[in-house]
Amino acid sequence: MRAIMNTVETFQISKSFKGIKVVDNVSFSIGPGEIFGMVGPNGAGKTTTIRMLMDIIKPDSGEIKILGEPINEAIKNRIGYLPEERGLYRKLTVSESLSYLAALKNMRRRLARERAEELLKRVNMLPHKDKKTDELSHGMGQLIQFVATILHNPELVVFDEPFAALDPVNTQLLKELILELRSQGKSVILSTHMMNQVEELCDRILMINKGQAVLYGSLAEIKSRYRNNSVFLECDRLPEGLPGMVGSKSHLKYIELFLDGRTSPQEVLSALISKGVTVGRFEVSTPSLNEIFIQVVKEGR
Amino acid sequence: MNKTFIILKHEFRQTLKNKSFIILTLALPLLAILGLGIYQGVQHWYHPGAPQEVRIGYLDRTGMFGSYTSQPGVLFVLYPDEEQAKDALLAKDIKEYFVIPSDYLSSGLITRYTTSRDVEPSKKITGQITDFLLSNLLAGEVSPQVMERVKTPLLLASVRLDETGEIASSQDVVSSFVVPIVFALLFMISIFFASGFLFQSVTEEKENRVIEILLSSVSSRQLLVGKVLGLGAAGLIQVAVWLITVIVFSQVAQGIIPALSDLSIPASLIGWGLVYFILGYLLFAALYAGVGSIGATAREGQGWSTIFVLPAILPYYFSYFIVSSPESAVSRALTFFPLTSPITSMMRLATHGISAWEIALSLVILAGSIALTMWFAAKIFRVFLLMYGKRPALREIIRYVREA
Repeated sequence: MRAIMNTVETFQISKSFKGIKVVDNVSFSIGPGEIFGMVGPNGAGKTTTIRMLMDIIKPDSGEIKILGEPINEAIKNRIGYLPEERGLYRKLTVSESLSYLAALKNMRRRLARERAEELLKRVNMLPHKDKKTDELSHGMGQLIQFVATILHNPELVVFDEPFAALDPVNTQLLKELILELRSQGKSVILSTHMMNQVEELCDRILMINKGQAVLYGSLAEIKSRYRNNSVFLECDRLPEGLPGMVGSKSHLKYIELFLDGRTSPQEVLSALISKGVTVGRFEVSTPSLNEIFIQVVKEGR
Repeated sequence: MNKTFIILKHEFRQTLKNKSFIILTLALPLLAILGLGIYQGVQHWYHPGAPQEVRIGYLDRTGMFGSYTSQPGVLFVLYPDEEQAKDALLAKDIKEYFVIPSDYLSSGLITRYTTSRDVEPSKKITGQITDFLLSNLLAGEVSPQVMERVKTPLLLASVRLDETGEIASSQDVVSSFVVPIVFALLFMISIFFASGFLFQSVTEEKENRVIEILLSSVSSRQLLVGKVLGLGAAGLIQVAVWLITVIVFSQVAQGIIPALSDLSIPASLIGWGLVYFILGYLLFAALYAGVGSIGATAREGQGWSTIFVLPAILPYYFSYFIVSSPESAVSRALTFFPLTSPITSMMRLATHGISAWEIALSLVILAGSIALTMWFAAKIFRVFLLMYGKRPALREIIRYVREA
């Protein structure tokens, strides 16, 4: 056993519906204090994978351990889940909804009330706590659902498309809260197909396509793996005889230099400077996750 | 705290807070109080005077009908000729008049003249005229007692004996017909109301999309059991309120309204009523929960529920028949068919027309059906709660249940 136990551990889980493999032999693990991105196109199997983690559906084969144990009722109290298909009781007030959902996580009434007030204050919803959720706007409802997800102070939090239909201000607020969860040592799973958010927040990712894990690892490592050995350059002139340069391509405002793979961008930059070139921009080209995603999905076809 | 119990408590509370539940529950006691109040008020304020004496004219061409002109509630006035009788009728001095022809003894024919539109005379008037004629015809021929008996030869009193030849405990019409039907009606309303609430609560959570959040905290089984028990408890509260109303009402009414003096509700009927209420509720709750989880919206599920609601109200169409001939084959069949069993058994229990083995068999069948539907509902519940989109075909449902 390791010193720090993984929060989530899955081993070759599979699930079929109507004879079609929706999740196929997927293994991954998530440690405490990390934000884990689950990315993939619509229908790739993300939600099914999450539902298996939550014990809402059972895998056909494979093994899942949450907080070191196969999932059980006590474990369920230590996880928070914000599903993609989500809503609230329309006829209940915000506080009633929150206290019922907290009770279902075995949280003490008083503690739940105190923490609900605190969190509602954080998301500026405290004045609405006695309103029926019917009367709230869609975005406000989302914030309440977010509060409900983390109310019982879960050690593992799963957000399925948390930013859908949120305005930029609230999106920023939610991001801050998610980063806060990480700094408290919680494990966060973020399932989304919005790559910019994954790039911004996630430490490691699992990319699923057609039920299979196609990419798995730290974001930085994956990005460097997909680097294509080129640099973007904005300068007054392009000198001859740069080390390791195998070609170049002119874009509208900048030039893309292709390197041979043995020469580091550092050496190219120092060569440029020694030749007296005025450099406006020098950037090591790393493909965006979006580009990697599209590339991987295309390769998979 | 146990999560099933948390759900139970939540559903129970929400139902007790529900407006339509409160209105329905309190409607019966309010109606009872209102009814008694109106009866009391009418008794207090309305003193019927001496009944108005009706005057009926007649012409006697036989000369045999001169006496006994004053019968209870009516005075017969003899007119010498038809002109005067007609004038008196038009002047509203008399209500009507009739002519006894000279050949009356051989023909029995009497012609009646009236201004009112109903040519057919009322039973009361016919009786009064008959009494008048009889009195005159038999005067002097028979003793007054015989005359009385000729007028009313039959005062029928029926006594029902049970199988042992003893006089059965309930004899009057009110408790043998009205009580079972009202009783069964109240229980049925409550069964349908409580299981309807369950259906609503399932479809609402599905429509609201709260269901997936709930399922990450509890299992589908906990959710189903908690809901069924919570709403059942609310249903029991309703039934308790109604039973207390009925008991109090019958006690109070017995003293106030003479027509209801025989009204009594035996404790055994209440006890069995509760047993059948609980079993009936569990059966319909399981059916409603299963159906509620299949449809994406309440409306979709409603369509499905017709399948079992239609047979369930069958005993009502047959209620008069069941109560009047509780031991017939149809009554028996309805007692054993699970969907109609609770309500039919209750009606038959109230008429004392059910034997112990029939009760036992119906209970066994009910318990078996409940176990089966609950098992089925739990499976369906788990599979379909998270399914939206197209309504599944029956074949699909069966396959999913097998796979689940």
